[in-house]
Amino acid sequence: MLEINNLHVKLEEEGKEILRGVDLKIGSGEVHAIMGPNGSGKSTLSYVLAGRDGYTVTEGSARLEGEELLAMEPEERASAGLFLAFQYPVEIPGVGNMTFLRTAVNAQRKARGEPEMSAGDFLKVVRAKAKDLKIDADMLKRPVNVGFSGGEKKRNEILQVAMLEPKMCILDETDSGLDVDAMKLVADGVNALRGAGRSFLVITHYQRLLDHVKPDFVHIMAAGRIIRSGGPDLALEVENNGYADLLAEAE
Amino acid sequence: MPLSAVKAEALGARVEGLSLPRGGWLGLAREAAAARLAAMGMPSRRDEYWRYTDPSRLIAARPARAPAFDVRDEPPVFDEIDQVKIVFVDGVFDPEASDDLILAGVEIDRLASAVATDIHWARDIYGVLEARGQEPVARPLAALCSAYATDGVLIRVTGQAKQSISLIYRHESESSDAILQHCIKLEPGTQLTLLESGPGAARFTTGLEVEIGEGAAFHHVRAQGRDQQRTTATHIFARIAAGGLFKSFTLTANGLLTRNEAVIELVGNEARAHIAGAAVGDGAFHQDDTIFVIHAAERCESRQVFKKVLKNGAVGVFQGKILVKRGAQKTDGYQISQSLLLDEDSQFLAKPELEIYADDVKCSHGSTSGALDETALFYLRSRGVPRAAAQSLLVLAFLAEAIAEIEDPTIAEDIRLRLEGWLVRHAAKG
Repeated sequence: MLEINNLHVKLEEEGKEILRGVDLKIGSGEVHAIMGPNGSGKSTLSYVLAGRDGYTVTEGSARLEGEELLAMEPEERASAGLFLAFQYPVEIPGVGNMTFLRTAVNAQRKARGEPEMSAGDFLKVVRAKAKDLKIDADMLKRPVNVGFSGGEKKRNEILQVAMLEPKMCILDETDSGLDVDAMKLVADGVNALRGAGRSFLVITHYQRLLDHVKPDFVHIMAAGRIIRSGGPDLALEVENNGYADLLAEAE
Repeated sequence: MPLSAVKAEALGARVEGLSLPRGGWLGLAREAAAARLAAMGMPSRRDEYWRYTDPSRLIAARPARAPAFDVRDEPPVFDEIDQVKIVFVDGVFDPEASDDLILAGVEIDRLASAVATDIHWARDIYGVLEARGQEPVARPLAALCSAYATDGVLIRVTGQAKQSISLIYRHESESSDAILQHCIKLEPGTQLTLLESGPGAARFTTGLEVEIGEGAAFHHVRAQGRDQQRTTATHIFARIAAGGLFKSFTLTANGLLTRNEAVIELVGNEARAHIAGAAVGDGAFHQDDTIFVIHAAERCESRQVFKKVLKNGAVGVFQGKILVKRGAQKTDGYQISQSLLLDEDSQFLAKPELEIYADDVKCSHGSTSGALDETALFYLRSRGVPRAAAQSLLVLAFLAEAIAEIEDPTIAEDIRLRLEGWLVRHAAKG
């Protein structure tokens, strides 16, 4: 599904190298987790994959189902099936959540040469999916993420996954700022969307999200590289011993 | 040459060839306006009030050539609204293109036919509200309209108007120089929606005086035409009695120079005045909203909401003032002016003012100028929305507060679609 090879990335302005040769291969339907200390480059990896400005790729590639992502505009990556759930979902005053969702769904359909969804059909689908995620109708009417609680913002991201049906989802620190109940609700949403060939890359600082979203593989990232990969047990090792041992081992 | 001499000379050139029709109540009103005008002369860049906008094109002896613009890519403005159409071509009433001037609960007269009578309801309004609005700042172009208007309508509302009255200004001649003056009186408890659309002429100078009776409601929505080269100066003078409502919205898209002035007096308790505008300019575009709201009674509410989107060197100006007179307690005044600058070449000049002589009032004002939110833009694009569409969504969101001031949802949607169309057309040019 997603294949990252020897990815090197610099900050555009400072010239500082953040990613220093990331290799990662995610198969169809797999759930991978990337853990790592602050500043290890986890969020940079997610932004670079989604196409945010401010980074320069100096080497390497990232392919989604064989297609080079790094050459595409952010909107093209989205239409190709990539989705990034933001650590801090952006508030957009004046744009209704429903308008936003429908614009996004239809823009992707148009880009893929599929017919657009009518307002009526869209309303039915979005209401049903929102209900599954315990998102009340009021949240659909309000401007995008404006005045939403931390949990509501994250659920709104998951609703977007449900509506846009991407093949490859990156969840960037989706657990940050959530209490246990809110996290569980978000995790349930993610679990409901697993399968059907959809792959996930879960970026997290803590093990706790992985209690609810069980990964197939766990990778430890440090100083812009993946220093160790393993099964779910690796996350528990981090939880018990911290990153220090792993970092020492890598050096 | 002293400034007064410069102004007098400019006035002489500006009015040369214009006639001042005599006779009847209107003749007297015109003479009085001409006397006011003679005392003021034409405005100058050296006037504080014209500091941000150069009036030279508005006061020149002749207008600069402005070719008429053939709009084929959008339906006529306010097409979906049930309306009585009153059409002016280059400032001249066109009876063929207009509907019959008949509407239940409303008397509609043309300025030309009102001359014949000695007594007319408009006597107490024509030139009268304009004259009141000459303090504390002179507005010579408004006096020019009262004195030299060649046409206009006098509308008296005595009931609930079932249809909107739509003043449609067509611009055909590239050198037309039109001066119009309209008067509107809403008797107590009545309501009227007035629509205005079109560029009017190569140079278009207008006055609109509105007297709103107790509990009456006046809704005004205006779309200034898309002609690139036109110059426009408009004036609204409104006086609102107790419990009355005045709501006015103006869309300005394109135009070399547009100055929209308004003087709104809340003279009865619990009167409300909302005045809003959305302006979008690309390139040679200078748009100025100069607004003066006077609270002269208790528990009145006023809102000024002005939003401007500017690119490629376009200039936006906002001069807005709220004056709360002694005794105007429990005033609720709000004023916001914001610009979205889509590049570094564009400019927004704002002068918000509050002058308050009562101690129990709530007044707020804010003015901001900023660029498009790049984070929001990336967020939208990361969901598959192409850059241009994402930009347009964010720009419309920025303008939404101004559009929300239009009460009728069909009219608001018409305006929104027009703005959307403008954004699509102007996105392509970068």
